[in-house]
Amino acid sequence: MMGRTIFIDPGRCIGCQACVSACRECDSHRGKSMIHLDYTDEGSSVASLPTVCMHCEDPVAPCAEVCPADAILVTADGVVQQADTTRCIGCANCVNACPFGVPKIDLQAKLQMKCNLCYDRTAYGLAPMCATVCPTGALFYGTLEELQAERPGVQVADTFVFGESEVRTGVAMVVPADRVQWPVPGGLPVVEINGKDVRR
Amino acid sequence: MTADPRAADRRTALPLDPSLAPPGTRGFRDAGGIPADQWHADQNGETLVPTHCCFCGVQCGMYLRVDRGGKVFGVEPRNHDINRMRLCPKGINAYQQVNHPDRLTAPLMRRSRDEDFQEVSWDEALDFTVSEIKRIQQAHGNDAFGLLGGASLFSEKTYLVGKFARVALRTRHVDYNGRLCMVSAAGANKLAFGIDRAGNPFSDILLTDCLLIAGSNVGECFPVLTQYVWGARDRGATLIVIDPRETAIARTADIHVALKPGTDSAFFNSVLSVIIAEGLTDEAYLDAHATGWDEVRAKAAEYPPSRAADICGVPAEQIVQVARAFARAPKAMAWHARGIEHHSQGVENCLTVINLCAATGHIGKPGAGYGTLTGQGNGQGGREHGQKSDLLPGGRSILNEEHRRQICEIWGIEESELPAAGTSMMEMVWQMQRREIRGLIGICNNPFVSLPNYRVVKEGYDATEFHAQFDFFLSETAANAHVVFPVTTWAEDEGVMANAEARVVKHNKAQDPPPGVRTDTWVMCELARRLGAGDKFAFADSRAVFDELRTASAGTVIDYYGITYERLEETGGIAWPCPATDHPGTPRLFEDGRTYHPDGRIHMQVVEWHPPMDPYDDEHPMSLTTGRTVAHFLSGNQTRRLGALVEQTPRPWAEVHPSHGFRNGEPVRVVTRRGSEVFPALVTEAIRPDTVFIPYHWPVPTSANALTIDALDPRSKIPEYKVCACRIEHAEKIDEVPSPPVAPGHVAYPETQVSRTDPLPPTSPQGRGTSERS
Repeated sequence: MMGRTIFIDPGRCIGCQACVSACRECDSHRGKSMIHLDYTDEGSSVASLPTVCMHCEDPVAPCAEVCPADAILVTADGVVQQADTTRCIGCANCVNACPFGVPKIDLQAKLQMKCNLCYDRTAYGLAPMCATVCPTGALFYGTLEELQAERPGVQVADTFVFGESEVRTGVAMVVPADRVQWPVPGGLPVVEINGKDVRR
Repeated sequence: MTADPRAADRRTALPLDPSLAPPGTRGFRDAGGIPADQWHADQNGETLVPTHCCFCGVQCGMYLRVDRGGKVFGVEPRNHDINRMRLCPKGINAYQQVNHPDRLTAPLMRRSRDEDFQEVSWDEALDFTVSEIKRIQQAHGNDAFGLLGGASLFSEKTYLVGKFARVALRTRHVDYNGRLCMVSAAGANKLAFGIDRAGNPFSDILLTDCLLIAGSNVGECFPVLTQYVWGARDRGATLIVIDPRETAIARTADIHVALKPGTDSAFFNSVLSVIIAEGLTDEAYLDAHATGWDEVRAKAAEYPPSRAADICGVPAEQIVQVARAFARAPKAMAWHARGIEHHSQGVENCLTVINLCAATGHIGKPGAGYGTLTGQGNGQGGREHGQKSDLLPGGRSILNEEHRRQICEIWGIEESELPAAGTSMMEMVWQMQRREIRGLIGICNNPFVSLPNYRVVKEGYDATEFHAQFDFFLSETAANAHVVFPVTTWAEDEGVMANAEARVVKHNKAQDPPPGVRTDTWVMCELARRLGAGDKFAFADSRAVFDELRTASAGTVIDYYGITYERLEETGGIAWPCPATDHPGTPRLFEDGRTYHPDGRIHMQVVEWHPPMDPYDDEHPMSLTTGRTVAHFLSGNQTRRLGALVEQTPRPWAEVHPSHGFRNGEPVRVVTRRGSEVFPALVTEAIRPDTVFIPYHWPVPTSANALTIDALDPRSKIPEYKVCACRIEHAEKIDEVPSPPVAPGHVAYPETQVSRTDPLPPTSPQGRGTSERS
């Protein structure tokens, strides 16, 4: 079962961007936020959703896989680190490879930057800044058991389908209990190709 | 550095389990947090100073990060009972104002408004101020000079404001900007319960079975409280939200009643009529603990759901649903905020909510009761100790002879020297217009943005012969002054605030003020000395003022006597009344069934709904309502200078329903009887078709308060911000957002300048959906 990680609960997000501000305060990339907020049903609802790095597990971090400079390290505990400043060449392959649209390129510095799960904090047993401050608990850091103890009956998903590809992630998403749970559509879901169900 | 494994343990054991939540005093402690000798401290030689956020009435605990040079440079979450590490974007960015380049660092002065400000010495600014006070009072009487305080000040300072006005200035004209905040709720609570505060702590929300939130955009105004709301929902509580807009909280409510602004009391009367009709009242409780029930019951019968549905513009079935959910719940709570309080019948709206709680017996129990959410950090504490025009310290009435005598004894003055009750903030501005008040000192307030009907406010202030302002940034109001005193931020002094639960918390000093900056306490004491009342103001620091405040409050309902700085540091907060130093405080009221009226009963009040003061007609058929956005605070004097917050919400907008035919971002002119302004349209289905919403944090020409009406509630004198008649029109060009004023010699913060030129926010502000799909 998954260990301590971030759980994203879009049902709780109020779009306040405390996570964005907190991320900016994190020492590992102080001054820049690695989180962005999506508005999922603009025009008819105030629903919003924070996007953080999902720390892909299988296939192992597409961003790291495509990196020609081997700049993106995946640690033994599954954290996909931001690019090593001494190796990154700013080619943006990782930006194109990420199915969740997370990494950013600082064009001036020719450097990729992304969420590294506040490795500087989590290594000392602290929660990442975003999940620490999130006023609503839309970002929760801990184990699945801790989450379920606090929110009885909560269901989470860590497998997402993008067309023909499935991606299993280290960060999990809370899904409504009465909806299909596995896998969760990650992009525009392609259900059928030539009469064949491609989800399975 | 070695990691402390216990630190991690402490965080996994956050007391979100309701049985561990702090309903009683045992929970009133700092639950650990990050030890100051761990983490950053070892890394960078920095220290973490435990304190609280300077903004809203939740008063989240936080650590300020202080570098080796003694400067605040960051924030770290703190595991305080109130917020359990959580912070909103305002709290996270608050520290940036402490060493902001716009900070005022020398007194500014000019002898007339035609001149530019000059930086002058403290002596020159103080001497000029004192000579102007004396000149005006000698020529026109003591009451020709007024004082307006603020509810973001520490309680010590608000106590001093009241004392300074009455003892040093000897004027009856003192009031404060909390008048614009929760005085309606205060008035209603006083009438019904004989005590002016919320009945329950926040943690009781976790224990309730039905949570009714009326007129409060909790998600944006008190984001940290959402953890309590979701916590209640996790346990299966029903959430009812009454709000004309679909806010983030309303979006997930079980019942969202999108009523027409200004119709709250009709709605709540009708809910009560259903509760009565369905036999859901708690007659035993009413018999034992309430008065006025027969009259209230008779009045409620006049508001059947069919009638209220017409008035409120909501389905009658929703009224029935709300009544059943609230009355049938084993434990139910009602929390409200400005949405029902900012009205010409704000007090009555709150009374109808209290009537609901009383009729169903949901009072004074864990998970059952009422609360009001305070907008300003010290909105609660700011009015407790004499800053309000009709109150003396400890909530004593200035009209009561016994109360006057008690305070005169403490202050060492004759009763004949103590002035009578003054007028409210808005009324003082009208008096300034009429030149009845000719001189004014403003402390920690910005009426040019925060008061309604801007033209009247500007006229009033322009008519003053002398105007001085205390502030740490040059606010729009300070820019109108003759003298501006540069004073400390919350991180540069110590003092207490009382949050929306009436929990008194202590703020600690994190850094020395910049050279040239003084504390508000020092400035008031120095002015008093120069006015000849120095012996009554011999306070060295906040602690000395607090000790006098404690004594002055002893024996009253608002009893602080048992609260000391040391106890606050040990406990993380104590709720008043706390009459003795071994008293645990009173987090929850009425547990013994007795209120603070002499007869110990709830005095239920009959309420008749009346329409808003600004009538609708063919030219003004729609409702304009105003409110806050999560990135900004009140008049925006503090937050409109912080890059991250400006980037998040660079300018105001007018929120309109798609049925009006506007495209997102198109210029929309909003016209009321006070004027018109042009905003970018935010087109969304999340608002009633007959209602327009504008956030109010900006000055003219993008000021919601240039359009709102200065009608007042007759009892609380709170302005009717939340509803006025308006129309909307297509316009050519969106009004420019003005930059905040900057003192001579200062350079505006470049980050904010960049953002302010954008015609529209970079993203939909705070998740308010737009109808433009890309």
